[in-house]
Amino acid sequence: MDDLTAALSEVLGGSTITSVARLSGGASRDTFRFEADGRPLIMQRQRGGYERDMAVEATALRLAAAAGVPVAEVIAASTDPSALGASYLVVSAVEGETIARKILRDTEFGPARVALAGQFGVALARLHSADVSGVGDFPADDPLDTYRAVLDEVGHPHPALELAYRWLQQHQPASPPMVLVHGDFRLGNVIVGPEGLRAVIDWELAHLGDPMEDLGWLCVKAWRFGGTLPVAGVGTREQLIAAYQQAGGGAVDPDVVHWWEVFGTWKWGIICITQALAHTSGVSRSHELAAIGRRVCENEHDLFLALEGRW
Amino acid sequence: MIPHDNPSAEQLVEAVREWLQRDVLTSTVGSVQFHTRVAINVLAMVERELQLGSAQAAAHQRRLATLGCADDADLAARIRNGELDDRLPEVRELVWESVRDKLAVANPKYLDPPG
Repeated sequence: MDDLTAALSEVLGGSTITSVARLSGGASRDTFRFEADGRPLIMQRQRGGYERDMAVEATALRLAAAAGVPVAEVIAASTDPSALGASYLVVSAVEGETIARKILRDTEFGPARVALAGQFGVALARLHSADVSGVGDFPADDPLDTYRAVLDEVGHPHPALELAYRWLQQHQPASPPMVLVHGDFRLGNVIVGPEGLRAVIDWELAHLGDPMEDLGWLCVKAWRFGGTLPVAGVGTREQLIAAYQQAGGGAVDPDVVHWWEVFGTWKWGIICITQALAHTSGVSRSHELAAIGRRVCENEHDLFLALEGRW
Repeated sequence: MIPHDNPSAEQLVEAVREWLQRDVLTSTVGSVQFHTRVAINVLAMVERELQLGSAQAAAHQRRLATLGCADDADLAARIRNGELDDRLPEVRELVWESVRDKLAVANPKYLDPPG
């Protein structure tokens, strides 16, 4: 920790670093909370072997902030490993709750549950208006092709996912102008207070794409966490779309949002397959990851629900 | 026939699951307790597969035979290349049955209507 404290002070212009604590991070990053001259900050550091560049997240955060999306402020970011041993990102700490089940069930978040669907619509409308003229080589692949390739790579046959893929292929919407897309906009990746949305976090899957991808992903059944309402378990599609359009997000075709919801359900099924593979291949031995392989059928079930009457 | 003595595989798994539920879950906290809960769910899933597996295998074989497919790989390939396009309602019905069978083992609660 002493080495880390000294290194943090150096990248933060000689600030006094105190209260360094490791937080339970994701699979690909180490996360620390600390104070620099008394200001609470968060530092994320890429773990070895993971290719995704921290620079994508830092750029997306800056663009989103400039567009008026509530986000943590970027304090420092670099892909130069010499300072902290790997790519890193330092942002302001935003207080609040990220655990979906608490946001959906705890009494104190009652007002937030009423406000969130509309706030999500406004945040996404602003995000999709971000100026992306200078982002250069931001990821911009066709997600249907990307996940088709992943499904082929895992090698296990999934007839239900093939049925859905055929529908997705035949109904793929025309490509609109590419905008900045968060790529994983849902409960779990937002910080929420009792009053509602405080910050959108976890921008490492940001890319250029169809703005409706974010709206559809937010409606995927897995992200309702057991709630009954389609938008993150807290709101209706109409609320989300109305707020999005009123905030200048452009006209929304509900059929296109539905396509992205089906796509997101299909994609999440494929991600579940890869999680189990991380265990069976020996990359990360874990009964938790292994069990996720048996959740693929939940997504297959949800695909049939989402496509009922639309095949 | 299998040559093993009692308890059966299902009963052995059940015994471990009961111990996790009775002793481990109540004496752990945080991450270990969470992973104990995951382990209990995994073992309950294995018990259901041991109970339902052979009947499900027979039903699945019948579904594949109805469609003239050797296995799931064959079925997946034929859906993908369009060979089954003129029978899609029937294919969807049979695949839906398999999805429900998978859920009956993996997470039977998921088959309940929401609410």
